[in-house]
Amino acid sequence: MRMKRRSEGPFYRIYNKHERGGRSEEGRRKLDVGRETWDDPLRESAMEYETVIGLEVHVQLLTRSKLFCGCSTLFGAQPNSQTCPVCLGLPGSLPVLNREAFRKAVKVGLALHGEISQVAKFDRKNYFYPDLPKNYQISQYDLPIARGGWLDVGFEGGPKRVRITRAHLEEDAGKLMHVGKGGSRVDFNRTGTPLLEIVSEPDISSPQEAALYLSELKAILLYLEVSDCNMEEGSLRCDANISVRRPGSKELGVKSELKNMNSFKAVERALEFEVSRHRRVLEEGGRLIQETRLWDERQAVTQPMRSKEEAHDYRYFPEPDLVPFRISQAEVDEIRSSLGELPRERLNRFQTEYELSAYDAGVLVSDKALSEFFEAVCRAVPRPKQVANWLTGPVLSEMNARHKTIRELGLKPEALAKLLMRIEDRTLTNTMAKEILPALIDSGKDPDEVVRGKGLKQVSDAGALEPVVEQVIRKNGQSVQDFLSGKERALGFLVGQVMKETGGKANPALAHQLLLKALAVKKGGAL
Amino acid sequence: MPRTATTATELLNRYRSGALSPRDGVGHFLRRQEAVDGKVSAFLDTCREGIETQLKGLESMDKSVPLWGVPVAVKDNIVVRGRKTRCASKILEGFESPYDATVVRKLRQAGAILCGTTNMDEFAFGSSTENSAFQKTANPWDLTRVPGGSSGGSAAAVAAGEIPLALGSDTGGSIRQPASFCGVVGLKPTYGRVSRYGLVAFASSLDQIGPLALTVRDAALLLGVIAGWDPMDSTSADMPVPDYVKTLEGGVQGLRIGIPQEYFGEGLDAGVRENVELAIDTLRSLGAQCDPVSMPHTQYAISVYYIVATAEASSNLARFDGVQYGLRSSSENLLDMYCRTRDEGFGMEVKRRVLLGTYVLSSGYYDAYYLKALRVRSLIKRDFDEAFKRVDVLATPTSPTVSFRLGEKIQDPLTMYLSDIYTISTNLAGVPAISIPCAAGDPSLPVGLQLLAKPFDEATLFRVAHAYETKVGGPFLPDL
Repeated sequence: MRMKRRSEGPFYRIYNKHERGGRSEEGRRKLDVGRETWDDPLRESAMEYETVIGLEVHVQLLTRSKLFCGCSTLFGAQPNSQTCPVCLGLPGSLPVLNREAFRKAVKVGLALHGEISQVAKFDRKNYFYPDLPKNYQISQYDLPIARGGWLDVGFEGGPKRVRITRAHLEEDAGKLMHVGKGGSRVDFNRTGTPLLEIVSEPDISSPQEAALYLSELKAILLYLEVSDCNMEEGSLRCDANISVRRPGSKELGVKSELKNMNSFKAVERALEFEVSRHRRVLEEGGRLIQETRLWDERQAVTQPMRSKEEAHDYRYFPEPDLVPFRISQAEVDEIRSSLGELPRERLNRFQTEYELSAYDAGVLVSDKALSEFFEAVCRAVPRPKQVANWLTGPVLSEMNARHKTIRELGLKPEALAKLLMRIEDRTLTNTMAKEILPALIDSGKDPDEVVRGKGLKQVSDAGALEPVVEQVIRKNGQSVQDFLSGKERALGFLVGQVMKETGGKANPALAHQLLLKALAVKKGGAL
Repeated sequence: MPRTATTATELLNRYRSGALSPRDGVGHFLRRQEAVDGKVSAFLDTCREGIETQLKGLESMDKSVPLWGVPVAVKDNIVVRGRKTRCASKILEGFESPYDATVVRKLRQAGAILCGTTNMDEFAFGSSTENSAFQKTANPWDLTRVPGGSSGGSAAAVAAGEIPLALGSDTGGSIRQPASFCGVVGLKPTYGRVSRYGLVAFASSLDQIGPLALTVRDAALLLGVIAGWDPMDSTSADMPVPDYVKTLEGGVQGLRIGIPQEYFGEGLDAGVRENVELAIDTLRSLGAQCDPVSMPHTQYAISVYYIVATAEASSNLARFDGVQYGLRSSSENLLDMYCRTRDEGFGMEVKRRVLLGTYVLSSGYYDAYYLKALRVRSLIKRDFDEAFKRVDVLATPTSPTVSFRLGEKIQDPLTMYLSDIYTISTNLAGVPAISIPCAAGDPSLPVGLQLLAKPFDEATLFRVAHAYETKVGGPFLPDL
């Protein structure tokens, strides 16, 4: 018996399609993994277990300066060039909270329907590691900025609601670079970058759903413009807690905490691996131990890192260097009013207002800029469906081929609108317009100018087309016979031949009309 | 050899009248340092090479700045740009701060000449300055005795006339107790009155930097320079800084002074009690109304303190790990490096407190120790709130004893901890307190009178202390 995979919904595919960098390859790998697990015999018997997953997402908030000092947060600078006594944890230095980071954290909390804490309070999480200059991390323990809330993921058969436990603000650590026998180096540029840790309840029931959750969360964060969510640069990171249990069991199974996944795909694969491992251990009568495991991307396995017994005692206590302060309702309300439309709201609106399919709406909405582009084009073009087809088709192909966002592509909504209007007014065929698109993007010129330059103009002059129609009828006797004997489809073929003969320039409607007329003559006026 | 004291106020007067140049004024103190510091050992670094530049800088400075040309020493836990700051610990060997503490920046702007860093108990953990990794400081009144601690170097330097003004830090009495032992004036400001930016943290919720001086006026002058809100310290208070010197002369007529009975119980040395009671009588004779008050939670202060302070310290001192700066012991691997560095770098008392603090924060013990201590801390604070509804100032001994002998208590940490029994509550409550010499007791060792006031009411403390000082004379000076 095959498992029904909830993740087959378009939203999932859509988001994967949109991940930057090697999209197509990601897509292919996804399919491979799908098939592997499909054929896995354990998977068949594993019906007797249900999977329980909770995610901890760390997202770097997009602020100019760090969480507790004035240093820049720009990625990629010379190691240790963006540091000061505070983020280096030099003796005597003290932290001062960056209000912008705090406001962005509140924004995310509100977007996830969380309850904003009335008091902003920080705690110290104590542990020794060379990338942590103070050997404690300023974080939030018992009073996270936001508590509770939820995130709706997927939409096939109604969205699944994943509850959010909390979202809290903390400082990022530095980066260690191991240089083999030469020891290790540490770069403190990242130290003190504001991080928001968003913890979900264990409501996620499959690796695919976990990926969906991440996609949805990422979309929200991008909509809020609080993070660039760049996993390659580490601005979005995810740890996963996973366990399996017998269906109906109220207690959670023994969990593993997975770390070191560097893409959504890796999160999904690591979880897939771990689900199988848990099931195998249990089915073989073995016992699982609670532990932290690292995902090894190359070997596609998880490896034990530390067991529960080795877990740190972080000795949390209130950060005495930062005075707790009240968060005023007025400020929360003001931040709430700045939220704007969130992806799921926009998804619903696109389906009702523009009558788009869930798929089309999903593709557009998964990219905030693209969805805004869509609306800009729709202001000038009467058929939203046509605009959506163009964006999810040729325009998206161009974006993917060039590895560019819609903004980077340089295509103006007005230019695309004009191009589509040239299809509407029959100056261009759809095919011709598609051919023009790359040139339109490259040149940045007005579509009409590009059309003139390429000599592409639809032939809508009956006088010019009639000879071609005659020729096509002459050359395709069999098709003509078919049509005359009642096979309507043959007409489509003949129109196609006219288009071919004219190099796509013929107005297809006119060709259709002229063919009908000529064939009617052949049939002896019967039509 | 009897000597006349030179105070910051006198120096400034003579500079301004043209009778003395800053170069000569500073020179006077440097010569005194050379003459007596061999006996007192108050200084860790005399910073000689930087003095010339600072003197030159005075020329382009407005002469009316409050400390124009006045030498000031800072405790070795206050960072000075380009200079060694070691907190009297081996673990900071080789560390030079790339930045100035806010108080140092303010001193520079006020025209002060930074003349050295003073000895202290390692990381300010101690009450005798004997926990310094580098040297023992002697009490200028009796070189066989301790100067108190942890700001013992600053107090001894001022008492010995090596410097007119010094900064100390006070977490549980570390300014007031050495001031009391050395017969000088020392003030712990209200928590938040002075920026802690650049003070190497011991216990962040208790630490304050404060002045040590020969006279109340000098202490008031110095506090006026260093106090005030600092955007670099979130715990500093955004409140105006009054002109403390201007309000010194107000007297104590009609002032209500509370005498907390709990500060005069068992363990208080009879001679100290006698002197403090005499001092209270003097205040009464000056027109103050002195009445007993009760501070029922005083007895818990030491227990609470050694939980809260060590908990914070265990975390604050975690950064000394050999990775970025300071001592790094040779090692096989990371864990080994951490362990060896901290083992070799930290002294006994530091290890004791870090262990204690780590323990009270550990899972399973947090509620029983740390959380409970925080609750009792708020009760202690409430004692002060209640008392200050009825009185303006509290008067107590600063320390239960006079200075004890070098080595006398170093093997007995508990007895040593009791040395701060009257000063610790102040830090837990965050209120300001001053210690002023109330007698050179018998056998001619100084005794300190401690006065406490409402938060941010340092002006009243200075006013009362100045009235008393004016009445009994002073400063008292040891023969050296």
